[in-house]
Amino acid sequence: MYRRRREAWSGIAWLLPALIILIGFRVIPIILSVRMSLYDWGMAGARAFVGLGNYAAVLRDPVFWQSLANTGWYVLFEVPTILFVSLFVAILLNQKIRGLGVYRTIYYLPVVTSIVAVSVVWRWILQPDRGLMNYILSWFHISGVRWLQDPRGLFQLIAGPSVQLPSGLRGPSIALLSLVLMGIWKGIGYSTIIFLAGLQNIDKSYYEAARIDGAGRWATFRKITWPLISPTTYYVLIMSCISAFETFAQVWIMTGPPAGGPLSTTKVVMYYFYETSFELWRLGYGAAIAFIAFAIILALTILQRLFLERRVQYG
Amino acid sequence: MRTSNFPIHLLLIIGGIAMVLPFFWMLSTSLKTPLEALRFPPTSWPSSMQFSNYTEVFRQIPLWRYFANTVLVTALSLFGVLATGVMAAYAFARFRFPGREVLFMGFLALMMIPLPVYLVPSYIILFKLGWIDTYAAMIVPWTVNIFAIFLLRQHIRQLPNDLFDAARIDGCSNWTTLRKVVLPLCKAPLVTIAVFNVIASWNSFFWPLIVTNSDKIRPLQVGLAYFSREQTTNYTLLMAATTLAVIPLILLFFAAQRQIIQSQARSGLKE
Repeated sequence: MYRRRREAWSGIAWLLPALIILIGFRVIPIILSVRMSLYDWGMAGARAFVGLGNYAAVLRDPVFWQSLANTGWYVLFEVPTILFVSLFVAILLNQKIRGLGVYRTIYYLPVVTSIVAVSVVWRWILQPDRGLMNYILSWFHISGVRWLQDPRGLFQLIAGPSVQLPSGLRGPSIALLSLVLMGIWKGIGYSTIIFLAGLQNIDKSYYEAARIDGAGRWATFRKITWPLISPTTYYVLIMSCISAFETFAQVWIMTGPPAGGPLSTTKVVMYYFYETSFELWRLGYGAAIAFIAFAIILALTILQRLFLERRVQYG
Repeated sequence: MRTSNFPIHLLLIIGGIAMVLPFFWMLSTSLKTPLEALRFPPTSWPSSMQFSNYTEVFRQIPLWRYFANTVLVTALSLFGVLATGVMAAYAFARFRFPGREVLFMGFLALMMIPLPVYLVPSYIILFKLGWIDTYAAMIVPWTVNIFAIFLLRQHIRQLPNDLFDAARIDGCSNWTTLRKVVLPLCKAPLVTIAVFNVIASWNSFFWPLIVTNSDKIRPLQVGLAYFSREQTTNYTLLMAATTLAVIPLILLFFAAQRQIIQSQARSGLKE
């Protein structure tokens, strides 16, 4: 009996350092954040209880919806591209080729370098007048792309000037797509490494059996590789969705000042939250944005679980 | 069986060039004169290398200070993460106490809450403590890494019970068991945690951007970001500063490549 109690106290004591920090900088802030979201909470501490008023206001706020749409376009264009390209690269690297280590290192380099540094470099590359990107494109007779400054939507450009699409359907702006482009470049190495590990975990005997049965490359991929790496695919999907949602530094560095332009087409949810809380100091409103965004991420994750997990085959 | 690998290499090389080109361009621009940097069509490599760009950067911004700040923050938060992580993981894995599983689930749940949800109140708490624009604001909240606790707990639970029985028979206290038995067997997860944590805190931007406001305290990334906003035309200096900011981590990457890539790959296999 005595021993038990002592063990229990030691357990708590050993947890204490972690507990104190987590309670002080996670649990209490989360609770305070709930409270804050129910108030009209300004910089000077002047505050009035507004109940769910902030939430209602956020849901009626066109800028919030625009930032949500921007984030949505970003996720929609970046995540699937990363998924397919990195799976393709991983499959190439999984062949018995020489120099695997060198390729792995090269593709992984953007992952370890900071998002701040790569944003600075890419802003220079995407310079409309003297940027490297437009120079390379000029070899193919494409010129004058104003990468980070063009607010025109992709679908609107495809449809042409004769058709006027409604604002929600004009598609991601060229500026937002520039951020997507860099995001793909930066994110590919990470997913490639994860996929490569998944591929190398597949038992070789499956492939031998398939070869004996005379299965072609595509059939082997469809029937063996794809189902067996589905847990990895699922993991990569969730991770790249979450990191796409956290897009912030790119916006702050590449599309300003004022950041989030042109015409707010790169103002993603994370940036709108930052602007509201730390530039306008509307803390209650910012907290409501954070919770609504969190609820959306949560709903998406649950949806992905419902729809995809049934198809994921755990070995 | 072994068909020609040429098309595979060709594809990989084209992709590889795309991966490296931005870094090459950064380095190349950092050595040009301002005039050459603005020339169009651009020159691939400077006709005369301007190493003075690098000394000029140190004159314009307190780069040494930023470096020192980053190293300090990275080292101290790593130390905290390892200390709190090992202790908490040992407690979760080896001690029985009421509410242990609920508490552990609570930790995992906290891991899923995104930063914006707790950012502003954390800022207010730091403000009330008088910690805004101090090292403490950048370090203390990041001395616990829930993922580290999770990883270490899994690892400690897999160690055979006999090991702990033997240690107890030898009269080892829990502290001694932890130091002499558990830690030497936890090298792989500890390296993984260290790698993740160093990369993350060296590159962290959002948090320090908000809790710092003077050059004395700012870490490298925030300093570079501000410098980049001021220097919208002087790209040679900007690229020199960026090169200096990425070099330490690239060197670390080359030194610990195997560990970094393997530990990242392992994280995807955990499900």
